[in-house]
Amino acid sequence: MSRSRDSERDSRLGAFGRLLRWAHMDPPLLTGIVAILLFASFVLFSASGRSWGMMQAHAGKVAAAMAALMVAARVDPVWLRRGAPWLYLAGLGLLVLVLATGDIAKGGQRWLDFGLRFQPSEVMKLALPLTLARLFHERPLPPSMLLIAGCLAVVLLPTLLIAVQPDLGTAVLIVLTGATAIFLAGIGWRYIIGALVLAAASLPALWYVMHDYQRRRVLTLLDPDSDPLGAGYHIIQSKIAIGSGGFFGKGWLNGSQGQLEFLPERSTDFIFAVIGEEWGLMGALALMAVYLFVVGRGLYIAATAPDTFTRILAGSLSVTFFFYVFVNSAMVTGLLPVVGVPLPLVSAGGTSMVTLMAGFGILMSIQTHRKLGDAVRR
Amino acid sequence: MAQGARIKDHWAEQRLFLARLVFALAFIIALAVIVVTRLVQLQVVQYDYFSAQSRGNRIRIQPVPPTRGLILDRNGQVLADNQASFDLVLTPEQVPDLKQTLQHLVATGLVAAEDLDDIREEIAAHRRYEAISIRDHLSDLEVARFALNRPFLQGVDIRGRLSRNYPYGGALAHALGYVGGLNADDLKEIDPLAYAGTTQIGKVSVERAFEAALHGAPGQEQVLVNARGRSLQTLERTGARPGDDVVLALDLDAQLAAYEGLTGRRGAVVAIDPKNGEVIAFVSTPAFDPNRISAGLSRKAYNALQEDIDKPLFNRALRGTYPPGSTVKPIVALAALHNGTLKPTDHVYCGGAYSLPGSSHRYRDWKPEGHGAVDLQAGIEESCDVYFYQVARELGIERLSSFMKDFGLGAATGLDMPGEKAGLVPSPAWKRSAFKRAAYQVWFPGETLITGIGQGYTLVTPLQLAHATATIAARGQRFRPSMLLATRDPLSGRTQHATPESLPAVDAVKPGDWDAIIAGMHGVLQGARGTARAVGMKVPFQVAGKSGTAQVFTVAQTQKYKAMDVAERMRDHALFVAFGPLEDPRIAVAVVVENGESGSKVAAPIALKVMEAYLRTGAPGA
Repeated sequence: MSRSRDSERDSRLGAFGRLLRWAHMDPPLLTGIVAILLFASFVLFSASGRSWGMMQAHAGKVAAAMAALMVAARVDPVWLRRGAPWLYLAGLGLLVLVLATGDIAKGGQRWLDFGLRFQPSEVMKLALPLTLARLFHERPLPPSMLLIAGCLAVVLLPTLLIAVQPDLGTAVLIVLTGATAIFLAGIGWRYIIGALVLAAASLPALWYVMHDYQRRRVLTLLDPDSDPLGAGYHIIQSKIAIGSGGFFGKGWLNGSQGQLEFLPERSTDFIFAVIGEEWGLMGALALMAVYLFVVGRGLYIAATAPDTFTRILAGSLSVTFFFYVFVNSAMVTGLLPVVGVPLPLVSAGGTSMVTLMAGFGILMSIQTHRKLGDAVRR
Repeated sequence: MAQGARIKDHWAEQRLFLARLVFALAFIIALAVIVVTRLVQLQVVQYDYFSAQSRGNRIRIQPVPPTRGLILDRNGQVLADNQASFDLVLTPEQVPDLKQTLQHLVATGLVAAEDLDDIREEIAAHRRYEAISIRDHLSDLEVARFALNRPFLQGVDIRGRLSRNYPYGGALAHALGYVGGLNADDLKEIDPLAYAGTTQIGKVSVERAFEAALHGAPGQEQVLVNARGRSLQTLERTGARPGDDVVLALDLDAQLAAYEGLTGRRGAVVAIDPKNGEVIAFVSTPAFDPNRISAGLSRKAYNALQEDIDKPLFNRALRGTYPPGSTVKPIVALAALHNGTLKPTDHVYCGGAYSLPGSSHRYRDWKPEGHGAVDLQAGIEESCDVYFYQVARELGIERLSSFMKDFGLGAATGLDMPGEKAGLVPSPAWKRSAFKRAAYQVWFPGETLITGIGQGYTLVTPLQLAHATATIAARGQRFRPSMLLATRDPLSGRTQHATPESLPAVDAVKPGDWDAIIAGMHGVLQGARGTARAVGMKVPFQVAGKSGTAQVFTVAQTQKYKAMDVAERMRDHALFVAFGPLEDPRIAVAVVVENGESGSKVAAPIALKVMEAYLRTGAPGA
């Protein structure tokens, strides 16, 4: 049934459409991603102080990320399921390696240098949802207490390894990724409420184990003006940039905060402030809308996915993607403490772009590899 | 088991999942609403407030580059420091007529006409309120000339900064190296954050080797700026952490004595403390002026340096490789004594030449009339070639070359400075791998002979020669040569001492064998027939040494060697190695003078001057 429908649709498609089908692309998702990337290149040109060198480096990264997306999209989800535990173990190994030998970047040990600098915690961002989805796929849901305990171990092991680097931001994101997968698997509400109560109760303990600079960031969030030229400088300058952008913004290349170098890390973690300043509320809302469209498409793919593995995988990848957007934009607007999380698909530098795009590749793979399985299951 | 009893219910699971997905979507929308609300709050509700803040934004954070550490000699003499120098800067937005201003600058000679294109490019690449450096290192005269012309040069100003200064110029040029602008290759090796605001980096030698210590860490500066971004005033500085001072093992007096001795010549001097490997003197000539290079040479001036026939940029002490000539003879003798093929009392008759059995080729002695009957003492003292032909032949090339390698020849010594050459110790195995044609791969017996007098394929650097001499002085104990004595934090005064690093010793040689060759070397300088006794007799302490002459080209068999006929650059290289005081050696020196002809007449005086300079002042605690 689906075969004949496919060929019927094929005949109506142009050459480009056939190419997309061959490459296992999902046109709506691809459109959203490309729109964000195009916008990002304009923003980055301005944020980098019109540096063509930086644009070239960024273009190289986008190309690598696009390649990762294409490869991931062509891999059948069955193979992802089989490879998941191995990727997870490899990720754990790399995290141990980075602790033993890693490069020092900005005071933390996060990078491995294999000619190309590479952040092993990025592997975990994909390996964790893959592994959890596989665990849930093979067992009846809602998950038993034993399964939940096992999943928690799977989540906490890499989280601890990342937290001691110390990379609090990524550790939080990894926990969120794991929590999302477990939530989508249908864990009972009593567990969820219990976990939330436990988390609230353990906040004082968390405060105790935090590094000095991390505590300072939290305090600064509560009262940035207590230290306007030290830890509070980022937040204050970022809020000024966004606020002074107003409704329509100051115009591309015209943001004084960004252009006059008041705004630190303006091409990486704080690029959302450049958008707010130069493109105003309109630009920020437009970007937010495209993000929501991309996430919405991901959730649709999850809702219509054929089996538990692909459902939970697609669902947690999509929800996590939005968490990245939220954590960064909330940080830049002064709602969350400053944790080094880039704005997905927009910030320059880092290896996160490749991981994100590979994640979208997996979503496309789930969407485009399902035809036969669908027919059988229904 | 509870789990085994349960069966996957796909319909129920899908319904559960969809319910959860709806929940997640609601949560996402809630989060999005929070962000949007915040944006509206900042950009609409509080717009006026932040807009005013933005216009009145006055404080910018800028990096403050650290001050580079000093370089000191072992007695605390300053070898490199930082001095104020003056740059000419131009701020485009303050210049009423750029074209006219540039013309005026050229007319007054403050800016070269050929630099104008570069300056225009710089101006285009920066914001109009930024001051751009258009000339550096103004002389006092130029500063005065600028002051006179100031009324016509609105928007141009003088800016002071610290620049690297080497008070002894060429004397320490190859030891210290120089600093230069950060280039793309440097940027690959450094952390850009640590070099924020820094424009120069150590390029070669000590400045490069100890860059990490010398550099320090940048600080921050809060600058009051106006709404267009121009700096008005510095509010607060969190100081940069200055680079560590680097204390070298070099002794300034010994270094200057060596440099003076080599004046007007091409050559190198390296002196090492046999007790720990510390490098006491490290000179290569001709040198360059490190002050000029650090200030930035024009391309033309730099090319001129590079193309100079005397190669002033070439570090001969570290990278020059020379045949060791007769300076290798004590090691050859020691190899034979150690392997039992020679006794100190064995005699060889020298008639002025040596032939291998069944061959008519005559391997000549430097003394055509011959030395007569020669034992070990006379062989070293008079540097009898025939004696060493015989010794080398009986020892054989394999044992000879392996013993020479034990002395650190043929391999980098591991000096704590980049770029060292390894030299070459030949062996039959080396010859097989080094040549392509089978005919050249054979090791000939005659090659063993000439290896025994330090000619042929053997190549050593002055550093290796000094290291090998120090090894003799220390009777087989070897230390990794080191420039570094200590690093010192200029703020706390906390000093970190470098520890001498032992290398595999030439042990297993009997004390009597060491005595025999050292006695021979003592005779070279202070014996009745020594080749360098004219120099050695003037020295107020007991010394040992050995001269050497390295052929630059081979004289045909029948030709009489006449130095005057040969072009200056074809003359033999003069070498000399020495150590002293004999009873407790504290310095070992190697001197190479390119085309200096006579080791004992030209190189030996330099070696002894360096030793005297060091032993006079460099005594520990003196």
